[in-house]
Amino acid sequence: MKGGTGRADARRVENLIERALFASAALSVFTTLVILGVLVFEAIGFFSQVSIVEFLTGTQWTPLFTPQHFGVLPLVAGTFLVTVIGVGVAVPIGLGAAVFLSEYAPEKARRAIKPVLEILAGIPTVVYGYFALTFVTPILQRVFPGMIVFNALSAGLTMGIMIIPMVSSLSEDAMISVSKSLREGAYALGAQKHEVVTQIVVPSALSGIISSIILAISRAIGETMIVSIAAGSTPRLTLNPLESIQTMTGYITQISLGETPFGSLEYTTIFSVGLTLFVMVLIVNLVGNYLTRRFWRSY
Amino acid sequence: MRETKPPVTLGLDDETTFGGQVKPSYGSTDIVEFSGFNLWYGDKHVLKDISLGIRSNIVTAIMGPSGCGKSSLLRSINRINDLIPSCRTSGVVNVKGENIYGPDVDVYELRKRVGMVFQKPNPFPKSIYDNVAYGPRVHGAPQEELDKIVEESLRGAALWGEVSDRLREDAFSLSGGQQQRLCIARALAVEPDIILMDEPCSALDPIATSKIEGLMRQLSERYTVVLVTHNLQQAARVSEMTAFMYLGEVKEFGSTKDVFENPQNELTENYITGKFG
Amino acid sequence: MFKNGERRSGGRALVGRLVYALALLSVALSILSLVVILGDALADGLPYLTWRFITSFPSRFPSRAGILPALVGSVWLVAFTALFSFPLGVCAAVYLEEYAPKNRVTEFIQVNIANLAGVPSIVYGLLGLGLFVDTLSMGRSILAGALTMTLLILPVIIIASREALRSVPKLYREGAFALGATRWEVTRQIVLPEALPGILTGTIIALSRAIGEAAPMIAIAALVYVTFVPLSPLDRFTVLPIQIYNWVNLPRAEFRNLAAAGIIVLLVVLVAMNSVAIAIRYRHQRKAV
Repeated sequence: MKGGTGRADARRVENLIERALFASAALSVFTTLVILGVLVFEAIGFFSQVSIVEFLTGTQWTPLFTPQHFGVLPLVAGTFLVTVIGVGVAVPIGLGAAVFLSEYAPEKARRAIKPVLEILAGIPTVVYGYFALTFVTPILQRVFPGMIVFNALSAGLTMGIMIIPMVSSLSEDAMISVSKSLREGAYALGAQKHEVVTQIVVPSALSGIISSIILAISRAIGETMIVSIAAGSTPRLTLNPLESIQTMTGYITQISLGETPFGSLEYTTIFSVGLTLFVMVLIVNLVGNYLTRRFWRSY
Repeated sequence: MRETKPPVTLGLDDETTFGGQVKPSYGSTDIVEFSGFNLWYGDKHVLKDISLGIRSNIVTAIMGPSGCGKSSLLRSINRINDLIPSCRTSGVVNVKGENIYGPDVDVYELRKRVGMVFQKPNPFPKSIYDNVAYGPRVHGAPQEELDKIVEESLRGAALWGEVSDRLREDAFSLSGGQQQRLCIARALAVEPDIILMDEPCSALDPIATSKIEGLMRQLSERYTVVLVTHNLQQAARVSEMTAFMYLGEVKEFGSTKDVFENPQNELTENYITGKFG
Repeated sequence: MFKNGERRSGGRALVGRLVYALALLSVALSILSLVVILGDALADGLPYLTWRFITSFPSRFPSRAGILPALVGSVWLVAFTALFSFPLGVCAAVYLEEYAPKNRVTEFIQVNIANLAGVPSIVYGLLGLGLFVDTLSMGRSILAGALTMTLLILPVIIIASREALRSVPKLYREGAFALGATRWEVTRQIVLPEALPGILTGTIIALSRAIGEAAPMIAIAALVYVTFVPLSPLDRFTVLPIQIYNWVNLPRAEFRNLAAAGIIVLLVVLVAMNSVAIAIRYRHQRKAV
């Protein structure tokens, strides 16, 4: 069979195409590098004027006021507080829903309910923010008289509702894939359904459940709208959920909407805070990967 | 009067003995009794009008080609079929005189009295100790007794010697044969009267298999063992009574020696001589 | 002996019922939350959803304020984002599924993509600000915004497209290769057409997430108070979620209602997009049967 020049041309075209496709895939690496590049570059500008020690250990964050303080801990505390509340809401409810869908619900019910929970995940966060401010906060104010409008609890609770689907969907997938023979072994010993679920299925699905929780945590850390609308803009180092606080994402939003001059020190703070945010999410994901692998078994 | 045919040859060697003499009945009502029992999965009629009595303290083998319903029959004795939503039954299955398909039956208590070992070893993702202790714990045994129960069960499964110094290790660190014996120990720990075994050796190598076959004979002294197997020689080696099933019906049932040497039913004979299945 | 269980079983059965009840309660709470969230926004915003609202500009006077520039801005943004992200995403997915050898480089790329999917959206905004607005001097334009959004949703599109490509049976490819076709010919003529519905569905869903994102656009300082409709990709702009956000934060209560009306508009757009995606998926699945 003669090769002929026709096929040689085709091969050259093939090569080009492959390289172009590779470039699109490699774009992702480029993106990561640029994110790091931008954050680090601008943050260097920041850290040339503010010591890292003060940044990481200072307990006051007042870059827009005099005297200026640049301790990031209040923002981190704000993020932490809201995240803890949110995860505290989402994990029990999400796991409960996952258990229901994978173990108790008849197939028809499962097919109907699953998409409904997906809708919860698809609602834009600004809608959740609206809900937090106009619905959740007034109710909480009646429960805690004298609570101020902007507080961590409203934002945290609403955030929790938002991330329920993340926990429930992935945990459910993990539980469903626990093998039938493991369950049968437990039933054959006379275990009742709830015992099989809590003592056999959930521990076996632990790896998937953990990764769903990690995903929920990193989503909560990076969320912007709910906290900007409902949690307040007062950086404060506190663990009291009834107080007004500011998260890292809330601060970045506030500055971006404001009149801070381009290139000023105050402007570079959004990048140093952004870098902190990025590193935090990275650490959470790394810890998550480690834990997931440690608990992973194939059954 | 049926003419006697010469005994069929199975290719077993002279050393093979059929699973021991059938022990004299202890005034025995059969410990498990099927009466006109039917089972459907959806529209599939899987067990047809089964009437069968299983004597206590022997090994009964159930054999037949794929799809004959032998596993379903076994699973009807501890009602683990219930886990399949489309499963329907009619008829009676008496265990120790009580109809387990009657109203008000506590299925969990039933499964305590009727233990099961599966085809593929399925230990829980826990330590060896916790695997054996799981059943008793679930049924409320106090902590102080667990150590004793675990040791006795592991001895009963001929595994104690091999694991007594590593009870806290993960069950998956054991070999396939050891895992299956662990599953047997686990079933013994809840003190059943009857042990159901669904092709327990099919995933094991020959050495592990023969260990478990020896164990079955031992177990039948204290318990009643019902064994499903597709391995004819195994049925012949191990059991005192054998049932042959075909397409959902019990075609023949009798002492193992009789069934193998003098099958009454032509299907049985064809199966034994390898003409099908 | 089996009847009525022993007393022990009574206690156990109670725990069993409790577990069931808690699980059921969790599902009920989730569904209830959804209903309340949507119902709340609908109730507050429906009275304010007038034709005038859709066609007017924002104003200091709530009775005259409208959502037009935000709506137009969102449409521009999604259109350009789709323009950039669809080809890039599909090409990357095709490379990873059809061409990539199993080596460290490929592994590295995949790890990167998985990581990028988890980066907070506001960090993408900072990326856009530093790279597109500043370094590449695109200004705070729709173009910069679209490129930023592209990077944001690219991982999602890649992951979804890979799923779609993976679901094309190997037999199809093998048959084509056996006839002497090149890899690109096989991909373009056999695999892609088969995977296209799945890819489209995934892309539309990714875009519908993009439409609801405010944070990255706020970071690149899309405007909050616009008095004009953007006419070119180099214009400044605003989007629906930012407009909603702005109104929610204003002290006067009527603006909150406008925010609710804006939310309804946003949700309608979302429902429309998702319906298209689901319709595509459904038709494709039926054909496969």
